[in-house]
Amino acid sequence: MEGTAATAQPEVQRKSLDAVVIRFAGDSGDGIQLTGGQFAQATALAGNDLLTFPDYPAEIRAPAGTTFGVSAFQINFSAKPIRTSGDEPDVLVALNPAALAVNLEDLKPGGLVIADTGTFTSRNLDKAGYESNPLEDGRLAKYRKLAIDISKMTLAAVADQELGQKEALRCKNMWTLGLVYWLYGRSRRATVEWLAAHFEKRPELAAANTAALNAGHAFGETAELSHEIGAYQVPSAELPAGMYRNVTGTEALAWGLVAGSYLADLKLVFCSYPITPASGLLHALAELKEYDVVTFQAEDEIAAACAAIGASYAGSLGVTSSSGPGIALKTEALGLAIASEMPIVVINSQRAGPSTGMPTKTEQSDLYQAVYGRNADSPLVVLAANSPSDCFEVAIEAVRLATKYMTPVIVLSDGYIANASEPWQIPEIDQLVPFPVHFRSETAGCEPFTRDEETLARPWIKPGTPNMEYRIGGLEKDYDSGHISYSAKNHQRMTDFRAAKIDGIANDIPLQAAEQGADTGKLAVVGWGSTFGPISHAVNNARDDGIEVSHIHLRHIWPMPRNLGGLLAGFEQVLVPEMNHGQLVTLLRSQYLSHAESLSKVTGRPFTVHKIEDEIRLRMES
Amino acid sequence: MTVISPPAKLTAKDFATDQEIRWCPGCGDYAIVKAVRNALAQLNVSKENTVFVSGIGCAARLPYYMATYGFHTIHGRAPAIATGIKLANPELDVWIATGDGDSLSIGGNHLLHVLRRNVNVQILLFNNEIYGLTKGQYSPTSRLGTHSPSTPLGSVERPVSAAALALGAGSQFVARSVDTLQTHLPKILIRAHDHRGASFVEIFQNCIVYNDGVFSEFTDREVAADRQLHLEHGKPMLFGAEKNKGIRVNTEKLEFEVVEIGSDGISEKDLLVHDETNRSLATMLAAMEPPDFPTALGVLFCRPAPTYEGAIGEQIEAAKSGSKTRDLNELLRHGYTWSVDSEHHINTQIT
Repeated sequence: MEGTAATAQPEVQRKSLDAVVIRFAGDSGDGIQLTGGQFAQATALAGNDLLTFPDYPAEIRAPAGTTFGVSAFQINFSAKPIRTSGDEPDVLVALNPAALAVNLEDLKPGGLVIADTGTFTSRNLDKAGYESNPLEDGRLAKYRKLAIDISKMTLAAVADQELGQKEALRCKNMWTLGLVYWLYGRSRRATVEWLAAHFEKRPELAAANTAALNAGHAFGETAELSHEIGAYQVPSAELPAGMYRNVTGTEALAWGLVAGSYLADLKLVFCSYPITPASGLLHALAELKEYDVVTFQAEDEIAAACAAIGASYAGSLGVTSSSGPGIALKTEALGLAIASEMPIVVINSQRAGPSTGMPTKTEQSDLYQAVYGRNADSPLVVLAANSPSDCFEVAIEAVRLATKYMTPVIVLSDGYIANASEPWQIPEIDQLVPFPVHFRSETAGCEPFTRDEETLARPWIKPGTPNMEYRIGGLEKDYDSGHISYSAKNHQRMTDFRAAKIDGIANDIPLQAAEQGADTGKLAVVGWGSTFGPISHAVNNARDDGIEVSHIHLRHIWPMPRNLGGLLAGFEQVLVPEMNHGQLVTLLRSQYLSHAESLSKVTGRPFTVHKIEDEIRLRMES
Repeated sequence: MTVISPPAKLTAKDFATDQEIRWCPGCGDYAIVKAVRNALAQLNVSKENTVFVSGIGCAARLPYYMATYGFHTIHGRAPAIATGIKLANPELDVWIATGDGDSLSIGGNHLLHVLRRNVNVQILLFNNEIYGLTKGQYSPTSRLGTHSPSTPLGSVERPVSAAALALGAGSQFVARSVDTLQTHLPKILIRAHDHRGASFVEIFQNCIVYNDGVFSEFTDREVAADRQLHLEHGKPMLFGAEKNKGIRVNTEKLEFEVVEIGSDGISEKDLLVHDETNRSLATMLAAMEPPDFPTALGVLFCRPAPTYEGAIGEQIEAAKSGSKTRDLNELLRHGYTWSVDSEHHINTQIT
């Protein structure tokens, strides 16, 4: 019997680790995001909990070898539940000198550098700003190092396929992936299948990439890697029983919107204009036509918002999506949706600003814009998703509130949530509570503007309904008849009513509970959006050390849960970590005269756990 | 046996609301709303299936005066709102009422795209060459040298031609009429309604307060016959009180010229015959301006093409009848999934 590579080699002794953070980094043309995505898939299938953080440049093809062209993908995977993509990598894969230069400072002391020596040419070193070769000049002394000529080994591995040099070299990400798979005992199966499907029309590329993957893996098996490099295993996490998949925030939002319109019994009309990092949602929904999803790539942000309003006016669920600068353009249309009481959902995948800012970097600095950023007194509902998988439920909640209360609802996501992925326990659609829309058609007892006494919402009447023809618009209208009204008394009544309608929604949302810790005490850490992971982890660490601290995380930003003011008042200190200059903290202080204090970080990257943990310890130990 | 009596035929009056009209006395808009109601009655459309959408400006008040569904929106954006309406429900009959400021200035982009996409709506552009509602500033169609509160020394911008712009944007239906032409205008509106796709109608409208008489050089009763060319498909381009003037092509210069029948041996056979399916011809007709030429009225261009919402709907129907699942549970479970049982065993699946 012929031995296969796997059986011919003695079984390696793998050292067991609880959690590992790997960062893949290389040139933006090196296929880093793809490599990371494949590793995340294989890791999920191995049963680890995980969170990923893709971090890529705004330039589509930045000049090769430059530091600003470096693309990175970080993954944190663990045998235990995890909440962040990891503070400091344990392993840095650097496919060129620039990738090393940009990412080395983040690597944990004693961490492992895997570098492709084939790219450490004097020209590339020069572009990365190195005067000497960092792999040889002792600069990596405090790290472990695995320097391999990956380029050369890849060319050898794919030689049979007779590709050109350029195409052959593009397989080196797969060689690297194969090696990392070996280091962490991951199965190559899913990647081999993916390559076959992805390169269906170019079988020679599928074969070459698979050969490179296998060669990298075989290198790990056969090379006598020094003892300190070693091989590891991260046992599977003990997730609750159920069916799981990996999901990005973009996917979860798309599916949540489809599920929400299904539960509301409406057709989804999604209107958007391309913008980073929101475009992925348009792409995802454009693939779902069989679910009766209409996608409209409008001529601009304003048209996208207006088309969503038109779609809702005509009886569909109008949704528009963008990022901060695009939301700014939609502002006037949002005012119209408020004045004419149209149920639309607006998704904001926030990014670093102001202005164009840093399009591919994350931030949560559009809270003021969402809550306050319109002319006049123009309240609407604001929700925030706290993780990639949370987007599913938040999207459904947005559809529920928009259609029940005839109001625009803004959902705040961000660039991190949109692109990051994590395992998600897949829900059964039949177990979600439906909230079908009742369009008014009966004329008796229902004038076009007779409001629901409980929700204060006007009836939703679809054009096409006989004997219910009505006119509506952005001019102030009479509370009862809906006719144009410039009456002083009526405007006061309408302004009061618009505020009361949104405030009343607080009675239809859950009371705020603490995620961890007691409802009163010395310190509460309060967050919203994607700071959930780092706050949760930091609070957990502190609590493990016996520090009594609570974590409170808001999903409903506006209106706020009814008990929030009282809850915050029960803590001696309230700390609000935000990836902005202190926006929620200002809101809390203005709403409740709260003593909340800000912990601000605006670097275009998520909070690290230790930054929040240090602040907790500082406050609790002083 | 149940006898269903046919619905009574609606009259123009049935399309009027009880709202007091708030346009200035003598405004051309009164004549336009009258022609619109008249056209709807002649078309025998239902009130409930008809939607008027508008942006901001004097023209944009029209929906309040129509007893149909109506949406008075924000400045320049009516085409985008209307596109959303048609994507939600392509069966609705959507009309857009707009002005020269609304759709050629602040909403220029949306006009371009609603025409280019060929969304099946009727666009009525009330062109009065002035901003009325904001008290008389010059507009993008105002002539060079227009004196207004914002251009006390006269405007220095050359105006845009609405019809030429619509043709350039790829509109498949472009027509023109005048507010006071109460026989002609309803006919043009009916043609616009019958055309499937974006129908663009420029209506020369007199603003009695800020730009009175701006079109009188071709609309005044005494000169109208000599200064208006009423186009009819397949008919020679004849005009004039004596029906003795016509349009001929000067082939050397590739431009139009006005000729008189009978002089220099010119007969009707020498005149251009209108072909409303010819975009180049329509573009040259749109460019004719007084005093050298008559103003071309009627249907300048009409060539039906597939509609935007129709093509979108076809893609969706094809996807729905295709082999892909429509089960939401399956959507969430496609690709790589894994099951964890109560003893933390993992099984992977690929679908």
